[in-house]
Order: sequence, then structure tokens, then C-alpha cells
Amino acid sequence: MSAKLREYHAPVWNEPVILEMGYPGRRGLAVPEAEEAVQAEVGDAADLIPVALRRHDRPSLPEVSEPEVLYHYLRLSQQTLGMMGVSLFGTCTMKYNPQVNEAIAWRPEVTEAHPYQDDDTLQGTLEIVHRFDAILRELSGMDQFIFQAGGGADAAYTSCAVTRAYHASRGEPEQRDEIITTIQTHPSSAATAAAAGFKVITLMLDENGYPSLDALKAAVSDRTAALMVNNPDDMGVYNPEMREWVRVVHEAGGLCFYDSANFNGMMSKIRAREIGFDACMFMLHKTFGAPKSGVGGPAVGAYGCSAELAPFVPTPVVAHDGDRYYLDHDRPESCGKIREFWGNVPVVLKAYAWIRAMGAEGVAEASDISVLANNYMERGLLAIRGVTRSHPDATSPRLEMTRYSLAQMKEETGVGVHDVQNRMTDFGVDAMWTSHEPWLVPEPFTPEAGEMYGKEALDTWIAVLAQISDEAYSDPEIVKTAPHNQAVHRLDHDAMEDPARWAMTWRAYLRKRANTGAQS
Amino acid sequence: MSDNPDRDDATLGAAGAATAEPDRPLAGEVAGRRTGRKLGLIVNPLAGMGGSVGLKGTDGPDILEEAKRRGARPLSGERTVRALARLTASKTPFRLLTASGDLGEHSALAAGLDPVVVHRTEPGASGPADTKAAAAAMALSAVDLLLFAGGDGTARDILSAVGDRVPVLGIPAGVKMHSAVFGANPESAGGLAALFLDGSPTARLRDAEVMDLDETAFREDRLSARLYGYARSPYERHLAQNAKAGSRADDNAALEAACRRVAARMREGVLYIVGPGTTMRRVMKSLGLPSTLLGVDAVLDGALIGSDLDERALLDLMEGRETRVVVGVLGGQGYLFGRGNQQISAKVIRKVGREGIIVVTPLDKLVALEAASLRVDTGDAEVDALLAGYMRLHTGPDRSVFYKVSA
Repeated sequence: MSAKLREYHAPVWNEPVILEMGYPGRRGLAVPEAEEAVQAEVGDAADLIPVALRRHDRPSLPEVSEPEVLYHYLRLSQQTLGMMGVSLFGTCTMKYNPQVNEAIAWRPEVTEAHPYQDDDTLQGTLEIVHRFDAILRELSGMDQFIFQAGGGADAAYTSCAVTRAYHASRGEPEQRDEIITTIQTHPSSAATAAAAGFKVITLMLDENGYPSLDALKAAVSDRTAALMVNNPDDMGVYNPEMREWVRVVHEAGGLCFYDSANFNGMMSKIRAREIGFDACMFMLHKTFGAPKSGVGGPAVGAYGCSAELAPFVPTPVVAHDGDRYYLDHDRPESCGKIREFWGNVPVVLKAYAWIRAMGAEGVAEASDISVLANNYMERGLLAIRGVTRSHPDATSPRLEMTRYSLAQMKEETGVGVHDVQNRMTDFGVDAMWTSHEPWLVPEPFTPEAGEMYGKEALDTWIAVLAQISDEAYSDPEIVKTAPHNQAVHRLDHDAMEDPARWAMTWRAYLRKRANTGAQS
Repeated sequence: MSDNPDRDDATLGAAGAATAEPDRPLAGEVAGRRTGRKLGLIVNPLAGMGGSVGLKGTDGPDILEEAKRRGARPLSGERTVRALARLTASKTPFRLLTASGDLGEHSALAAGLDPVVVHRTEPGASGPADTKAAAAAMALSAVDLLLFAGGDGTARDILSAVGDRVPVLGIPAGVKMHSAVFGANPESAGGLAALFLDGSPTARLRDAEVMDLDETAFREDRLSARLYGYARSPYERHLAQNAKAGSRADDNAALEAACRRVAARMREGVLYIVGPGTTMRRVMKSLGLPSTLLGVDAVLDGALIGSDLDERALLDLMEGRETRVVVGVLGGQGYLFGRGNQQISAKVIRKVGREGIIVVTPLDKLVALEAASLRVDTGDAEVDALLAGYMRLHTGPDRSVFYKVSA
């Protein structure tokens, strides 16, 4: 392997928790007393707060100066990899987040706007949302998009809500109580279906790496409300029988929802509506260039559907009457609200800026590159000792990602995927993504190259894996005791899964420490 | 056998490793780690010999002679050395207790270990009585884990000697391995033993089925498998350490709720035949009824009307009654019918029909199966064919999978 491995080492600050820092009376910002004239006019400002909302004690916050705060968080950030290495985070369609798009989203027209403003004062923003709706229609073949959902799972939930409203309009709200999904569809489909009150049927995989049509036929009935499915699934396997699946579900009276969480390999190639799907979802964070922002947003799950389902989407919908843009609240068949207002507008703006910069050709090319890059990586990774591919008997090529297994390495050396994850960070490379639960493939990992990285970055990633494999077979202890070059060496996972020991707040931490008999 | 269903997924911490650490561990340390735990080792030197020469098991002296006459060679010692090699490579400190000669001492020495012999037998002794006596000696020595090499027969002997007092783990070396106490191969058994002895949070204990076929019947191509009991056995679970995964769904909670749901949906006037196993015990517990862990019970209108029933008794109870059969998935090989629950015979199933069968199983159990289908072997090809195809399995409350059933 020609790629040179980086000699990386994270800084070790042994930084205390912010609540352990500071000194009584120390302040970051000293707010001056109000001037006499103001005091005379307003009186005691505290009286403006309703009695029930006033606190009795001062908040027990750390008393620290502004530079202390700045240095503290800078050091913490230095102790993480921050996804600034080669970060091939599978099942995520990760993109680079252009800085210029941040600048656009931070313009005062965006940050100082309020959703309660009159439509007439929001014409520019509404126009962008409306235009972006049209772009997503073009990519999916759907007839209406809305941006209210605050993430991918939220959009899947939207689909469940629309599904229920649709069946209710046809007089079958009680009867249609089952949603069918597959074990390698993103787990949020099953989770949101259950949260929306549906019974969930999960189809398991066949030898080909996707569930058989017979399994689907066994599962559909006059109780089927909808099918919710990823394609390609979370292993990069594309189910070529999907058109037939849609036919089977439609025949039984159910709807079909295409979760496009794994859209990279499909962009500009396949339109969900043309396969027959009634609805789909795109993640504007990740897939359309807005930041992933960790888990929890800000994000947008763009939900799109056919004209037949459009009356049931959440309100309001951004519309255009030929003259002006407006928020259409008058939709009597709507399923209601999924979230307040009409979506995370800054995220929509970033996605709009991204796709305008890419253009139709650019989006298609990005899709090609993501598939090419994955298949290039597959050649390199499968040449590494101890690495195998899931479903070895399946002949279809993987698209934008591949599910691999280190089961052979584990069996031959005792080194498993978590050990390899830890060791990767020693080379300044983010730990690879394993798999959603449950693990169908033992010791799984799922890199996704995407379209952003150059060949040398991919070669580096492959070289890191090759190096770790060599170590596993020659001196496995190096890998099993990794990381060695990180700020924190080993985490106590046991404590993280023990509610008696982990804590979400400082106060809870002190209390739990006291309960375990330790000195706080 | 455990009477406490809550123990199904007990952490190792509860089983023996240090509980709450008073101080946060320093970087590089692992909380809860202890050194020098005791490992018991028992090798059944004859296990597996029958299989290599076409005999279905090696139970009994006559069969052993026949196996030797056909040229069978002992294999379990060699497989034990492979498991021990993996265990020692892990650098986990442990003390090895074993039985003399071929029952463990030889394999331990061959693996370069220095064992303490806590049970001595005559040279060449290797019958079930020796296995049981050795296992009892290990239990008296308070081993933290009993590692054994053998098959279902060996597992059964060990279970009868130690019950659920000692966690056990099998190095697969037998002809028949329907029990759920075996590692996939010697190396993974050794690796799992290392994790367990090391106090790793990934190694947990569960109730694992110990099953065995009646070899005499098996050789005559008649199947008679029984569920003998449940051993405490370690298994490896991966840690949900990825940011995206969040906390792991609790399969025990999902299974518990699925069982409650099945119990709550039982209808008046309908006879429910409840199969063996820990999952079915949960169903019975939800009904507030006692259950036969290894046998088949019958419930009507919320009352237990028959315990540990055989085929005849079931057919009598079914007479003139609408009937449902509630079963779990048994053993490491994923049997729905025909292993461990033969009382629910082909005749019973034929009368109940495919749609009268309610299956409850944790999703984890399906994922862990080697084959992508459940098996049935009722002894009646027509009934097996009736059961084949995709069947709904309840994995949680309002959660189900459609899974392939193969005859």
C-alpha cells in the first residue's frame, strides 16, 4: 500500500468538567446597573417576571471568566477528532458543508425573520422554499414537498401521519393498522410506525441480501397500511424487485413510502414515483449538503408525496398563486402539525444553495462518483486479510456503500470491530460506522466514501485498515489495547449502560456518586 | 434452572465482578476488572467420535466400541487445545482447575498451561459418571466458569451435576449439538471464556437450552429430542458505543411485553397449548399461572387445566374445543417443532392448523441462528409441508417478523 500513514497524536489536556472550574464571584460579563432614569421608569426589573416563574435560589452555575470558557471549550474540541480526518460515515450520505452556504444562512434576512411575520414580508424566503420544492419534485417525481419535519425520522413519522389520514378518508382507519418494513431499512421507519400507533411487521433478509418477494406476499393483507423501505438498504444492497413489491402492496390497498436516506447512489438515476412509490423522504442535512450537526439537528426531513396524498400533508404548505407566495393553511384534510411553523428555514436555504451550486449535472456526477468510490474501496478492502463482505453469495454489485465483516479476523486473532475502531483513531481517522441494530453480520462495518474525498484519502483509509489487519495478525495486543494516541484511551462502557452510574446532569452525577458511597 | 426470569440478561457485574467502582477509573484502566478468576475445564474425550464414522452420537459403551472398530479418533482434546490457545492469547489472567488425564489435564498441559487437578479418575475413565463427578468437583471448588468440550450428551451430564450454580460454556466437539451452550467453534468459545473471565461488559449470562436426542431412536431414524433444562451460559453482546446507535433496545423488555400481549389476547372458550421453554414461562407468568419449564401445559379461560401433558392428553383436551398452540423457538439450531416439544405432535398440529399457531421469540434469537430459516421436523412430512413457508413470529408488543420455516 503506497499511502503514507499520518503520525497523529491528540493533545491530552486532562481538562476538568466546566462545573469543577471557576471561583466564587468570578464573572465573564459584568452587566451594569440600569441608569436612574430607566429604574425610575421600570422599577425593579425582577417584578416584571411573574411570581410563579421566579427562582428562589441563584442557579448553581460555574463562575468563570470569558477567556476561561473559551479556552476550556477549545481544549475539549482539540481532544476530539471532530470528523476532520477521513470520515467515511456509512448510511449517512455525508457531504462537505460549504462555508459559503453558512454565510447565506446567517444573513439577517434569515436570522432576523420570524415565522409570525406577514407573508408579504417573507416573499424572498417563501420563493426559495417553493423553488426548492420544485427541485425535489424533479429528483423524486413526487407532486408536493413539505419541510416541516425536523429530521429523517420526523419525516418518516410524517409519512405515518399522512398514511393514517389517507386511510381514514377512505373509511378504513381502524382496519389498516399494520406497517411493513425490512430489517435493513433504517430503524426509524419501524420506530416511527410504532410511535404512530401502527403494528410493525419486519421482513428478514434472504440469501440475496434483501427480503424475498414471497415474504412480502405472506405479510401483506387487508390490514396493510403501508410499506416503508430503504433502497438501497443500509448495506448498500439494491433490491431489484422493488417495482413488484410496490405492485403487491398497492394491490392489497397499502401505500408505499421510499426512505431515501441512502440516496447517494440513486441521485438523478431513479425517481421514487416512477417505481410507483406514493411518498418519499430526503434528508436536507447530510444528503443535500447541510451539516449533519450530530444527532438532533438542526435538520430537515423533506417529505414528498403524490398528488393523491397531498391533501393530507401537514400545514401550512408554501404555495404560489401566480402573483405572490403565501402560506396555505386552508387544508381541511391535513393530518395536522408534525412540528411548529414550516420547517428549519436556514437548513432549507443551505440545501438550496448546495443544489444550485451542483446543478443537475453535478448531482448526477456526484452519484456516479459515490458508487465508483465505493467499488474502488471494495477492491482494496477485500484484499485485506480478515475482511469479508456481507452476503457473499449475492451477485449484485453494491452501490454507494458496502457492509463488511471482521468475523474472520475476530475468529483468527481475537481482534473485533470495536478494537479496530479504537485503533483507527490512532491514525487520525474517525472510527468507522458499524451497523444499525441488530447486527445481522457479525463484527460489521460500513464505510461510505461519498463524492467528496479524493483517491488519496480513500487510499489512506484502506491503508489504515491494512495496517491494523497486519497488527491484528502479528501483535493483536496493539489493537486490543488501542487507542494509544488519543486524549482518552479506554472508555468504561459498562458504566455508560448502568443507570446507577451515568448521569445526564451535574447534580445527578453528584447524587449518584453519593449513592455509590464515593466521595464527591 | 433459574427461577428468576430477570436474570436472563444479568450483567456480569451482578454475577461476580466488582460492582460500582468508588472512583472513576484512570485512563487506561477498565472498571470492574478482576484478576485470577477460576476456570474449570472438563473434556469428554470420546465426544464426537461416533459422528466421524457415521454413528449418530457416542452415548454408551457398545457404540463407543463400534466407533473405535470403525476407526474413530478422539477429537475433543485437540479442539480443547485450540480453545485454550485463544484463551491464553487474550492475556486474561485465570487459574485453571481440571480433571485428571484425558478429562482435561492432558489438553491443558498440551496448551502449555499448569492446571490444578481437582478431580482424579482411573486412567481411561470417560463415562457420564466421570463427567458428572468432575463437574460436581468444579462446582465445589467454586469455579467462575466451567468450560467443557463435548456435545449435547456432555452438556446434559454437566447440567445434571451443577444446574444453574455454575455458568457453563461448551467447546463444540460432539456429534449432536442442539443445545444453546456452545461457541460457534473452539476459538470463539475460548475468546468468549476470556471475555467472561476478564469481567468484560460484553460478556453476559443467559439461560441457554440444554437439549439432547435419544441416540438409540436417532440411529433408527426416529427422532426423540428432549429439552433437559437451562444452563447459565455466557454470550457476547456488542456494545452500543456508536453515536448513531444510542442506547440498545432492550430485547428482554420487548419479549416480556410480547408475552404479556399474547396472554392478554387469549380468548374465552379457546384452549391454549403452551409449549416448553423460558419464553413460554413468561407467557404463563403473565397469566399468573405456574408452568412446566420443560413440558407442555394447557390453559383454558385463564386457568391451568393440565401440566406437563403428553400427546394423548393434549388430544383429549382438544376434543370439541377450538385450540391454539403457543410456542417459542428452541435450541441453538432454531427448531419450532420436533425438538424438545414432541408432545405437540404432528396430529396435534394438524388439528390446530397453521393459523392456530402463535410463535413468540426474541429477535436476537433469530439473528443468531446460522440458517436463515426455522426448522420443523414433526415426523410427518405432510405436516412439515403444511408448516413450511413464511410464518409470523411475535418479537415484541405489536412487533412481528415474517420468517421462513423449512421442513
